[in-house]
Amino acid sequence: MTQRKVRVLIAKPGLDGHDRGAKVIARALRDAGMEVIYTGLRQTPEMIAEAALQENVDVLGLSILSGAHNALVPAVMEKLLEYGLDDVRVFVGGIIPQKDIPRLLDKGVSAVYGPGTNTQIVVADIKDSLHPQSN
Amino acid sequence: MPQIDPDAIRQGDRLNLSRALTAVENGTPEGQKLESALFPYSGHAHLIGMTGAPGTGKSTLVNQLVKLLRQTNDENPAPKIAIIAVDPTSPFTGGALLGDRIRMQALAGDKGVFIRSMASRGTLGGIAQNTAAFATILDSAGFDIILVETIGAGQAEVEISRLAHTVVVVDAPGLGDGIQAIKAGILEIADILVVNKADRPGADNTANTLQAMLEMGQNSQGKLFTLGKHLRDDLPGEAFYVPIEQPGWKTPILKTIASEGKGVEGLINAIQCHRSFLVTSCLWEQKETQRLRYALEALIKDKLVHRWQQNLDEDKFESVIADLIQRKISPIDAASELM
Ligand SMILES: Nc1nc2c(ncn2[C@@H]2O[C@H](COP(=O)(O)OP(=O)(O)OP(=O)(O)O)[C@@H](O)[C@H]2O)c(=O)[nH]1
Ligand SMILES: [Mg+2]
Repeated sequence: MTQRKVRVLIAKPGLDGHDRGAKVIARALRDAGMEVIYTGLRQTPEMIAEAALQENVDVLGLSILSGAHNALVPAVMEKLLEYGLDDVRVFVGGIIPQKDIPRLLDKGVSAVYGPGTNTQIVVADIKDSLHPQSN
Repeated sequence: MPQIDPDAIRQGDRLNLSRALTAVENGTPEGQKLESALFPYSGHAHLIGMTGAPGTGKSTLVNQLVKLLRQTNDENPAPKIAIIAVDPTSPFTGGALLGDRIRMQALAGDKGVFIRSMASRGTLGGIAQNTAAFATILDSAGFDIILVETIGAGQAEVEISRLAHTVVVVDAPGLGDGIQAIKAGILEIADILVVNKADRPGADNTANTLQAMLEMGQNSQGKLFTLGKHLRDDLPGEAFYVPIEQPGWKTPILKTIASEGKGVEGLINAIQCHRSFLVTSCLWEQKETQRLRYALEALIKDKLVHRWQQNLDEDKFESVIADLIQRKISPIDAASELM
């Protein structure tokens, strides 16, 4: 039995110690049939890119509650490029002020989700962006 | 998607390696081609299985083990190590949460270590269908040691004993009395037994129980009897067989505290001893032969089923099913009818 599965890395960069949101989204994606790798707290951009490389994920979800997204997200995006992972789709979840969103999208982030986003929206977005025709 | 280059994989390119693993995992034609191209370059790595009930500390122990193995000294360059961490796929959703990596953060910055999480995708037996193929690819990429952490169902995880040269079974106090272990067939597959969480009460008890269980099985399992051919001087020209007792492998029981890195050196020693034992007793080669034979048989079965399905007459199949339901034909005769 062989088939293609969407592989997702859920990572928490930075120093905040709350991973409830990350776990909720990880579970929702699992329940939608995806293979979700969770790496735990306090990941550096380098560690995240390294894990994304080794796990060959299609999607990377960054959960950031610390407010340091303007520094962390570009640092992660840069590392992904350095590792040749420019085809990985990146989304950011957490407390991101409206005014910062354009800048993140500009850096190559596909979507930004605020607190309370329905997880089904994230699931649908991922499926649409990866397999517009099937799956 | 750019093509995956097998030569780049052999030269240690990790992006090509990682993409190859996905192709192999998904059973794509490209994955099969890569496996064929790389197979001749495999066969060097020491495959180590880490198995045992959920939560006994397998991932934590792998983390410590690899951290220590990667410490270089001047005589020995550190081995390159790959870890395949298998977790279960949910039978209901087809999805999986792969969490073993959380415990392996200490290895994050080390470019000589490659960690890959793998979902079981419905395969029973503790590893995934393509775990062996993963090992082939990683082996050809030059990893000296490949550690496979199984799902940890606590059930007889025979598949890992077919794949790995050395099987480490991780137990912990408070998981029942060892009868469970023997029922689950865990002792038969263990080359090394670890009682982890030795900081917890009951660790000595667990170790003693396992020891007693091992000794009970010892007469039939622990010694290898070989028949040696001996010519005796006083009986010229007459050859006869005398059984010679050869010391076999005696499964050691080790206590560790993985969360504090205690006892890990002893585990490394035991693993290295087991490797030497396999090589000097020629069991290494024998295991390889058995594994490849088994893999070949499994592939042939798959192919035969596939061919049968392709040539299947759907209408005939439905009518035989109908006869079966009405008890006009037995399942065995129905199968013969359809072959
Ligand atoms: N007290 C104590 N706890 C430990 C020890 N080793 C691991 N743990 C803890 O046991 C829990 C499970 O450890 P893991 O390494 O995830 O166990 P595992 O066998 O890989 O678990 P699964 O992969 O889910 O089957 C964690 O909370 C560890 O911190 C130990 O030696 N002593
Ligand atoms: Mg584990």
